[in-house]
Amino acid sequence: MKKRIAGVLLAGMLTGIMICTVGCGEKKAENGSLTVFNYGEYMDPDVLDQFTEETGIEIKYEEALTPEEMYTKYKSGAIEYDLLCSSDYMMQKLIEEGELQEIDAASMEYRENIGDKYWELATAFDPENRYTVPYFWGTLGILYDTTKVSKPVDSWEVLFSGEYAGDIIMQNSMRDTYMVALKYLGYSLNTGEEKELREAQELLLKQKPDVQAYLVDEARDEVVAGNAVMAVVYSGEAYLGNQYNEDLTYVIPKEGSNVWLDAWGISKNCKDPDAAQQFLDFLCREDIAAKNFEYIYYSTPNEAVIESLSEEEKSNEALVPAEDATENCEVCVQAEPEIHDLMNELWKKLKAD
Amino acid sequence: MKKGSAVKSRVWLSSPYIVWIIGFTVIPLGVIFKYALTGREGGFSLEYISAIFDPIHLKAMVFSLEIALGCTLFCILLSYPLVLALKHLNLGKQGFTMFILILPMWMNFILRILAWQMILSNNGILNLLLAKLGMEPLQLANTGAAIMIGVVYDYLPYMVLPIFNAVAEIDEDIIEAAKDLGANGFTVFRKIIFPLSVPGLLSGIVMVFVPSMTSFVISDILGGGKLQLIGNIIEQEFTKSANWNLGSGLSVSLMIFVLISMAFTTKNEVEGKGSAIW
Repeated sequence: MKKRIAGVLLAGMLTGIMICTVGCGEKKAENGSLTVFNYGEYMDPDVLDQFTEETGIEIKYEEALTPEEMYTKYKSGAIEYDLLCSSDYMMQKLIEEGELQEIDAASMEYRENIGDKYWELATAFDPENRYTVPYFWGTLGILYDTTKVSKPVDSWEVLFSGEYAGDIIMQNSMRDTYMVALKYLGYSLNTGEEKELREAQELLLKQKPDVQAYLVDEARDEVVAGNAVMAVVYSGEAYLGNQYNEDLTYVIPKEGSNVWLDAWGISKNCKDPDAAQQFLDFLCREDIAAKNFEYIYYSTPNEAVIESLSEEEKSNEALVPAEDATENCEVCVQAEPEIHDLMNELWKKLKAD
Repeated sequence: MKKGSAVKSRVWLSSPYIVWIIGFTVIPLGVIFKYALTGREGGFSLEYISAIFDPIHLKAMVFSLEIALGCTLFCILLSYPLVLALKHLNLGKQGFTMFILILPMWMNFILRILAWQMILSNNGILNLLLAKLGMEPLQLANTGAAIMIGVVYDYLPYMVLPIFNAVAEIDEDIIEAAKDLGANGFTVFRKIIFPLSVPGLLSGIVMVFVPSMTSFVISDILGGGKLQLIGNIIEQEFTKSANWNLGSGLSVSLMIFVLISMAFTTKNEVEGKGSAIW
């Protein structure tokens, strides 16, 4: 929440600055400009400067916090974005609505740096890898304090058994919370069956009294501070949590989880696709990808960067998940409208209970 | 004649405000009404206006009402002793106390609410102090009580200030006269100070009741996402579910509700005595 408010303020400020630069109309880059839309704190600012320095293309940078916010802003058409980075299911929605244009794979020199495994993952939302380029990825799992549990955690069961009642933090996000319940029940997180969703709802309603809070950004901090024993968090958060408190560890439960993949796409309104592709290629370059990796610490699909990591980093589950750990994991795809509405309805009921 | 033209030029002076009101109040309200009255398939529909009667929304509305009424009541109970104490301080001390009261308002309220989160959390400052005193820890984090503490803390100055203004204007002579006639302290308060402070009290109620009824940030931070005010549901419809029609429909219902309760308050306001704060 605090981040969102900060984001709104920032957006307001940025808009003010934009109006000024447009209105004053003096500063013009020699090679045109690109409007880039990304999540907050999701790129090293130096990278943008370096790109402008190397190519003479000016970058106008815009940020949003959630895929939904991004979609709303994008669709409102107030600003014409050239490039945007969003999450799997949102990219799928944009592709299906014809909002993205094809990327010319042949023009990208560093495309090979992205491992085959990740192109494969991306086919869940972009079947032929024609519209998107993977950026960062990760998993959802359990971050827990090893000194406060009776035995190592390996299953979602710990969240439902009641053993840690009052010490659990769930994600305050609809899809993520239902994912946990669906996976625990052995269903797909992209289920289209009403019956399975209702079963998940039963489970979550039963679990609610045991849940300390439903949080997003603060979930990690509460475990770090010792206010909770475990939390459902994204792998990147888990890595940082471990940096603050060495007793914390991260696990992808054996039932499987959600593997998410954020990717870049070029808007259909982009006037200069060559420049946009140049930018995407730039992001795949080893030194740039490494810079962003060190800034964000989410798992990178860039194999050149992974190669260069230290042994310690390579063995960290939160950074580089083991091959078999992601075996049962699925990419989250856009739900059918009826299922989406039902889930919204159930989520509201769960929160209001 | 002269007076007429002066009035005209003064009307002209107000044009920036008229532009402001049209641009930032009237048009946005129109947009909200349009969304609220549009059905899922487009076209006129009362579907979303009546959505407030859905049990989930009604429950959140009732909880919001409880929080708002509770907050208003606590603020009134806390304000009067403070105002009466202030009244008897000399001017310098009065100013200083007011300054201390207003000082936190110079800070962003989200920061202050985040501080409360730290204080009330399970291993927070409050429980640390209780443990030092050998008492049982309190489970306040993520409960309705935590939300109540947050709203009372946040809106208290808005209750104290108008009441203080009203009380400060009471003529000392009236109080002395009452005492001469044998009234004790409590009677003076009941028969003189309280009735004369009612205009300030009413503005205070409006300024505390409305924002606490419609807030969502405080409940989000201190309620741990487990408790929903109607404001939280509206916020989610816009930011998460992308259902602007439902969000607008609920906003309009909430506005109507607040307007009704305000009409009730202002009707009781003494003619000509109302503080012009809101």
